[in-house]
Amino acid sequence: MNLEMLGAQAVIECLKAEGVEVVFGYPGGHVLTLYDALYKADFPHVLTRHEQGAVHAADGYARATGKTGVCIATSGPGATNLITGIATAYMDSVPLVAITGQVGVAAIGKDAFQEADVRGITTPITKHNYLVKKVQDLPRVMKEAFYIARTGRPGPVVVDISRDVLNAVFDFEYPDTVMIRGYTPLINGDADSVQLAAESLAAAKRPVIFIGGGVNLSDTSAELRKLIEITGLPAFSSLMGLGCLPADCPEHLGMVGMHGTYAANMSTMECDLLLGIGVRFDDRVTSLIKDFAPHAKIVHFDIDPAEVNKNVRAHLRVLGDLRWSLPLLCQHVSLRSPREWRAGIAEWTERIEMWKQKNSAASRQTTVGIKPQTVIEETSRLTQNNSVIVTDVGQHQMWTAQYYQFQRPRSFLTSGGLGTMGYGLPAALGAQLSLPDKTVVLFTGDGSIMMNCQELATVADLGLPIKIIVLNNQVLGMVNQWQRMFYGRRYSHSTTKGHTDLVKLAEAMGVAGLRVTEPEQLVSALEQALHMPGPVLVEIMVPSDEDVLPMVPPGGRLDKMLLGGEN
Amino acid sequence: MKYTLAVLVENRPGVLTHISGLISRRAFNIESIAAGYTEETDTTRITISVEVDNEVELEQVVNQLSKLIDVIKIVNLTYVEAIERELALIKVKASKTNRSDLVNVVEIFRAKIIDVNRETVAIELTGEESKIDAFCEVLLDFGIIEIVRTGKIALSRGPIPAKEM
Repeated sequence: MNLEMLGAQAVIECLKAEGVEVVFGYPGGHVLTLYDALYKADFPHVLTRHEQGAVHAADGYARATGKTGVCIATSGPGATNLITGIATAYMDSVPLVAITGQVGVAAIGKDAFQEADVRGITTPITKHNYLVKKVQDLPRVMKEAFYIARTGRPGPVVVDISRDVLNAVFDFEYPDTVMIRGYTPLINGDADSVQLAAESLAAAKRPVIFIGGGVNLSDTSAELRKLIEITGLPAFSSLMGLGCLPADCPEHLGMVGMHGTYAANMSTMECDLLLGIGVRFDDRVTSLIKDFAPHAKIVHFDIDPAEVNKNVRAHLRVLGDLRWSLPLLCQHVSLRSPREWRAGIAEWTERIEMWKQKNSAASRQTTVGIKPQTVIEETSRLTQNNSVIVTDVGQHQMWTAQYYQFQRPRSFLTSGGLGTMGYGLPAALGAQLSLPDKTVVLFTGDGSIMMNCQELATVADLGLPIKIIVLNNQVLGMVNQWQRMFYGRRYSHSTTKGHTDLVKLAEAMGVAGLRVTEPEQLVSALEQALHMPGPVLVEIMVPSDEDVLPMVPPGGRLDKMLLGGEN
Repeated sequence: MKYTLAVLVENRPGVLTHISGLISRRAFNIESIAAGYTEETDTTRITISVEVDNEVELEQVVNQLSKLIDVIKIVNLTYVEAIERELALIKVKASKTNRSDLVNVVEIFRAKIIDVNRETVAIELTGEESKIDAFCEVLLDFGIIEIVRTGKIALSRGPIPAKEM
């Protein structure tokens, strides 16, 4: 059925057709018609206080639910303010559609007011992007944008729409199907390769499983758990893979890499087979590539052919959707009994058990005051390890990864690939909005929180009961740590001087604030915050000289970790 | 080693931005790139000549390019029988005294004089890169004023088109 309407109305109709429940955005000159259409349609929209907040909120929404996040910004500065958020989503393969306004068709290229080449700027940080100059193209483009964003390896898609398109009247019809010649997402791969993978696992003496964000994205943690139940293989996670296996699962060795556990890093160095599932062998994991898993045959499961052999050479590749390959792998491995599997690797698991002993609590230095690691541990305990945890970037992020006992997939939202400070608060906002019944806890630092603290106002507007826990060490902690370790303690511009009263800041924005300075106040303050009905910011004063440990110095081998008390 | 790729892409605005954006972002070493219309109005064919150290690197180039939504198909023409051509237009100094020498050289290389005036001659030459290089080398003696060269284009021998390979 054709309906005559404005391009702007058509955008809303497309959003409805795609099942979009809410959009995050910020109005401006060239999207006024679109905002008028939002108003008339009474479409759910969250006004953030900065476009960067809108895109991170859409990202947090997408990560928490698996649905496609949507944000809207105006042309020029509105669109450029999205860039960090788009790049963040791209690095972590988050399905996102960003709609931006563009100047009138005749004004494009003329340096018109609030004009920016959004297509050009976003090309290297999007899965795909569009500039819509003809209203007739709009429905097809919107359909393709959502399809591309959520299928295959997910990612952000930008739809830049000229104001002329939003203002034009046309006969709207939303296409039922998508036909893109150059894009057929890979689903089922080569079944023989899965069988070969199962055989390699059975033949290995010292196998390990390396869990990546792909397991989270494809919602295949149940299959992963089944694989481990059958085989008893030891497994560790990248930052993005945390939550796919429960932290207390005996086979789980925790996080691997620069701040990985002793057991995970040692087993990488000594394994003879490394099964990477939905991983991209990021440098924070591998450290020096030539010394990564030096004795191992590498089996790589991924949906993206370009990930194979990008960083690490794979001996066997299993290309395809994990929703296809993991169940098939489970079938193959179940031909051997769980006892047989365990017997085959008994010596190896014993060795790993030894490494696990060494790691426990080794990374805590003796400092006075509240230990930041304790804050994470206590929060983990008080939330029954069952909250949705969001972080910013820096020391607090690594401590969260190390000390929160994640139990479920999609329960840890963090900017892994891009490492975006300022991601946390808006992402928590998006997550809480999508999961009103869940406790959403944001761990952040006194550095990161300031990068998007304006979103406290949005959180207050919406009354979202986010628990914001700021580990205030009055320094840019990770920078400070590197300066302490590798730059002769020359703390170049890494102290925040402590003049900001974060409690007052929160209160000024309409969010309750608490400050904790003494260790004995900690638990009661956390309990109080968790039981408050609305949003609350808890500023916890922690020492400024605590290091994140263990740590593999940059460019070092994974088994050459700095452990607590050794520096 | 140098490889020649035939890249079939959608004939739409912005496609070249996507290709060049990817090449820049992934730091691929591209020697030349030539794009043009094909027998199908909705398809553009881009011939990319890429310099990589090994096959694994080449696989990355192909896989990354294939990920672009606009890219329909990539065929590696390096290992199939293929004809490769470049076109060069060269403006050379030519006085009365040496003009006939120049004409000789042009004939030897099967090039074509396409413009003449009192001081200069413009020459057109198609051929493989090495032939054009050799020709330019010889023309140095006459004094080259300017050279313009297209990137390489390539076509497989035999009846099967790249889109069906």
